[in-house]
Amino acid sequence: MKLLEYQAKEVLQSFGLEIPPGRVARTPEEAAAAAREIGPVAVKAQVPVGGRGKAGGIKLAQTPEDAAVAAGQIIGMEIKGFRVPLVYCEGALDIKQEIYLGFTVDRDARANILMLSARGGMDIEAVAQETPDAISRLYPNPWRGPLDFEIRRLVFAAGLGDLVGPLTKVVRLLYRAIPERDALTAEINPLVVTGDGRVVAGDAKLETDENAAFRHKELEERYSTVIEGDQYEVEAKKRGLTYVSLDGDIGVIGNGAGLCMGTLDLVQRAGGEAANFCDIGGGAKAEVVKNALQVILMNPKVKGVLINVFGGITRADEVARGVVEARAALKMKLPLVVRLSGTNEEEGKRILRENGIEPGDNGWEAAQKIVELTR
Amino acid sequence: MILLTPESKVIVQGITGREGTFHAERMKEMGTRLVGGVSPGKGGGQHLEVPLFNTVAEAVAATGADATGIFVPPPFAADAIMEAAEAGLSLIVCITEGIPIQDMIRVKSYLKEFPRARLLGPNCPGLITPGVGKIGIIPAQISSPGAVGLVSRSGTLTYEAMAALTKAGLGQSTVVGIGGDPVLGLSFSDVAELFEHDSQTTHLVLIGEIGGSDEERAAERLRGTRLKVAAFISGRTAPEGKRMGHAGAIVSGNRGTAKSKVEAFQAVGIPVAETTDQIVELLKA
Repeated sequence: MKLLEYQAKEVLQSFGLEIPPGRVARTPEEAAAAAREIGPVAVKAQVPVGGRGKAGGIKLAQTPEDAAVAAGQIIGMEIKGFRVPLVYCEGALDIKQEIYLGFTVDRDARANILMLSARGGMDIEAVAQETPDAISRLYPNPWRGPLDFEIRRLVFAAGLGDLVGPLTKVVRLLYRAIPERDALTAEINPLVVTGDGRVVAGDAKLETDENAAFRHKELEERYSTVIEGDQYEVEAKKRGLTYVSLDGDIGVIGNGAGLCMGTLDLVQRAGGEAANFCDIGGGAKAEVVKNALQVILMNPKVKGVLINVFGGITRADEVARGVVEARAALKMKLPLVVRLSGTNEEEGKRILRENGIEPGDNGWEAAQKIVELTR
Repeated sequence: MILLTPESKVIVQGITGREGTFHAERMKEMGTRLVGGVSPGKGGGQHLEVPLFNTVAEAVAATGADATGIFVPPPFAADAIMEAAEAGLSLIVCITEGIPIQDMIRVKSYLKEFPRARLLGPNCPGLITPGVGKIGIIPAQISSPGAVGLVSRSGTLTYEAMAALTKAGLGQSTVVGIGGDPVLGLSFSDVAELFEHDSQTTHLVLIGEIGGSDEERAAERLRGTRLKVAAFISGRTAPEGKRMGHAGAIVSGNRGTAKSKVEAFQAVGIPVAETTDQIVELLKA
């Protein structure tokens, strides 16, 4: 789960991180009230995606009236597919220095990596490209976490030795998000050193592992309802489907992530554009096919659907029956091409033909067929 | 053939569960030497005509097992992997999907103490040596024995490629699904290297997907290989994930994209198929 900035800050604050004074606002009036209490504020869109500043999602407000106007402009805005449900009004900081501190999973090393740089701020990715040495790195032992001397080494290597005391403390508390919240990525950028020498989080990002949700129910309950994503993705999640909305008009269902991604590639190669990615998993049971079709057909842009299923353990004839049943139950009228392969393939194709559904011989043919039918 | 041979003695952890039972039966059917199962609290009993044990160590002592298939639920799977390594098994195949990533990071660190233990997966379909046996869920009926090695990150795409190979008369030496999780056991290059040293294998198919840079490293490892190789990358048109934060980009830079993977293979003279059907053409060319 990707937490919003104020949520990430709340979690990190509970570990002992210092954050600027801030208030969540759902209306312009609430934003004005926050500014009256705090003083000049930054009014920040709360969306679980980067790049909100460039999208106009952060505005500075000197007065409560300014804050109300800014909140009115930002709330309800759409940023990279997310409607902004609320803003976070945060007191301005007296910035002396901006530091980058973060960790993530390094897939290639199969380990967590902690990173620290004296050159924090918006351009950190460029810093990483051009002067990789400006970022110091640490792979902590996952059983015991980073040791104090390792953190000190990280801090000195980043050229931040004069802050070794406070930074060691911040690294330690940020790391707690791994064992205690199953975080996959956490980032404080910028980590601000203020004029009076305090170390304060200017921004914070936190992503937790959905696979570990079973041991963090409180996190899910407290935060997950606030984030409003794409309506079809929300609906699919309720039904336990792996679904991602895309921009095209051809609905795609496949079993297995690899096959499903491969199917998107084929649709594009055939000159079409997929409306979604929907992986129904290895089993491809009738009920799941029906759920997937239902979500896809909610999208009025969809002009036809391509189902690409390889029946391994699941037999192709069972899948065919499931598709026929689902189409009837949903009274689906749009073009439907089903490519079935694997065990009992011939029987599966016969069932489809008898019910007026065109079977494709292979993925590529099926992709061409659906693109043609939806032109 | 690699990893799973006629000598391999296999146990299944979680054999009494629904998935464990179903797939252990399929494994037996195709001739896998299944010598026992582990199910804590059910030791001393029998299931699918093999003895049950409470712990992996007991199973190893009694049966001489050297390989395991793990079908236990996600909250307990990491522990099951470590138990298997500690008991001295050399091949650990973890089928379980949905293991917390931090659990797997701890497992990978623990496994450094057991260099003999090879982990395949998690979240993988397992492996099959046609005509010999399988550990996991790859359907045996679409396989046929032969000289093509296959290594893949995806489940269903593996089956698709296997079926196409079998249909074209190209049998397989061993088919290995390394799994789709971010933190994995054996990598593409580990498996490619095993095939490189396997005298039965003359051809190799690699099926990769976007994310990570295992494919890039495998391509480099296969420079000048004796094998005739074809690759396939899925996810070429997948949109970039809705990222937040910079940490991922700082670590991976430009690697991990479909373009980077395709170029890495082409740079060492390995052709990349546009569709799965083309894989067969490239091998026969």
